[in-house]
Amino acid sequence: MSVHPTLPRDTGRAGQDLNTQALRADARRESLRLLALLSPSLFLVFAIIIVPIGWLFWLSLFDEAGALSAANYARFFEQASYIKTFVTTFRVAFIVTGACVLLGYPLAYMLSQLPRRAASICLIFVILPFWTSVLVRTYAWLVILQRKGLINSWLIDLGVISEPLPLANNLSGVVIGMTHILLPFLVLPLYASMKTIDTDCLRAGMNLGAGPVATFRQIFFPLSLPGLASGVVIVFVLCLGFFVTPALMGGGKVIMWAMRMEQTTSLYSNWGAGAALGVVLLVVTLALLGLFQWLLGARATGVWSSR
Amino acid sequence: MSGDVGLPISHRQRLWLYALGGLVLLFLIAPSIIIVIMSFSDSTLLQFPPQQWSLRWYQSYFQSLEWRDATIVSVKVAIMTTFVATPLGTAAAYAINRGTLRLNGTINALLTASLIVPVILIGIGTFFLYARIGLNNTLTGLVIAHTVQALPLVVLTVLSGLRSYDMNQERVARSLGAGRVAAFWQVTMPQIRFSIVSGALFAFITSFDEVVVSLFISGGETTTLTRRMFNALRDQIDPTIAAISTCLIVLSVVLLSVAQMFGRRH
Repeated sequence: MSVHPTLPRDTGRAGQDLNTQALRADARRESLRLLALLSPSLFLVFAIIIVPIGWLFWLSLFDEAGALSAANYARFFEQASYIKTFVTTFRVAFIVTGACVLLGYPLAYMLSQLPRRAASICLIFVILPFWTSVLVRTYAWLVILQRKGLINSWLIDLGVISEPLPLANNLSGVVIGMTHILLPFLVLPLYASMKTIDTDCLRAGMNLGAGPVATFRQIFFPLSLPGLASGVVIVFVLCLGFFVTPALMGGGKVIMWAMRMEQTTSLYSNWGAGAALGVVLLVVTLALLGLFQWLLGARATGVWSSR
Repeated sequence: MSGDVGLPISHRQRLWLYALGGLVLLFLIAPSIIIVIMSFSDSTLLQFPPQQWSLRWYQSYFQSLEWRDATIVSVKVAIMTTFVATPLGTAAAYAINRGTLRLNGTINALLTASLIVPVILIGIGTFFLYARIGLNNTLTGLVIAHTVQALPLVVLTVLSGLRSYDMNQERVARSLGAGRVAAFWQVTMPQIRFSIVSGALFAFITSFDEVVVSLFISGGETTTLTRRMFNALRDQIDPTIAAISTCLIVLSVVLLSVAQMFGRRH
């Protein structure tokens, strides 16, 4: 009995009770079946994500002598090198998010205004980098930006500069590389939300005498803010935990949060300290995403389904 | 669809917008194009455009035993990940789509967790766990870790296919006597197969391009291509990587086109 039967109107009380019981048992069996379908996936996520993180959290509560202490967390406020890591991470995150907004908003706006066919062709240029390996793109920027890279040799050939500009192996290299990698994460949700803005609203505004600028500023822009917010949140959060680009393009000078975690665990084998860094990073990430969801009632993970 | 949004603003008035948007698109796509062109250069120096053309970097890629082994490992892992993640993700999406479970929200959050949790934390955690159970530097370990990374993408892709499918059709099939499996296989599956294929492609590329977790849990004989590339980039800039990168870009283009083709037919 898997297809839900409808109750005949004229069954007696006893019959109804019997039916209710049968239906309940059926619903229970159905739930169990669905759970069985979910269980392998849930088990894997549990084993690979939840258990290790819980374990690391447990480790972070003990100092190197094995005694319960908050030493691993106190370090963050006491040691200058940790404070510097946090400052660098947030600085990079703010700059990259800002750059993504400045570059991404006009692009998403243009895409939303183009005829459908042209927009879908342009979208390929946004989606393709999204699906190209982060390593490949970081390598490309290394080639372009380094001391003897393309930009420097062009500028020297043209006589604009005599000494190569320090573009890679420092903060600017990290920012440029990360902006390039994270830009699609802002453009895609923003574009999706701009497409849902009713053009009748804009037309009505213009009908009532608003110029193009006023229409954009007073109607379109406010309506695009939720999409922009979701892009900003996801880019910012991804910045905080970003590893590959800062590790390869920072030249060892730009130590961001994730690199610090890798160094603490791999180089110094200090699992407690590395785990504590990870726990705080996770808490900050979840707090930002939770805050966003609470404020706007939308899930920031939408970007992955808006491909 | 006439194509135009229909606002009384001419394309000419919008030229500045198109110019700006075009520049940003160029910023997005130029690095890949530059790498593809440079991979055919004859020089060890980074020159653009290259003075002379050759295939020497492709030769050095295909002839190097180390690069070839790493590529084989990556391909193996990606294929196995696809074959594990696709059925698991499809089953999970099917269950979530029914929406009758009380904890649907939590389940959804759990399954998409690997998109949210900083990947460095997953890498360190997985390494730590694998060290206890002896899965570091094994293919099995890599496949399991990559499956967790790929699952959310399969789930989201198949779920979006299921959302536009009327589940009552399966009910009808079952009321006509088809078993559960037969009803899914003969009625539901043919209608969502394009989403499943797209999901599988995304699973493949996710695994193939995965860097951070592989950095921690692969090594020795199971060094993945991305791990070897990462280490090579830390040392110096070897133009062989331009050839490898070009292959990866071509792979992305091919997989994405196939996914788009399937998506359109859907």
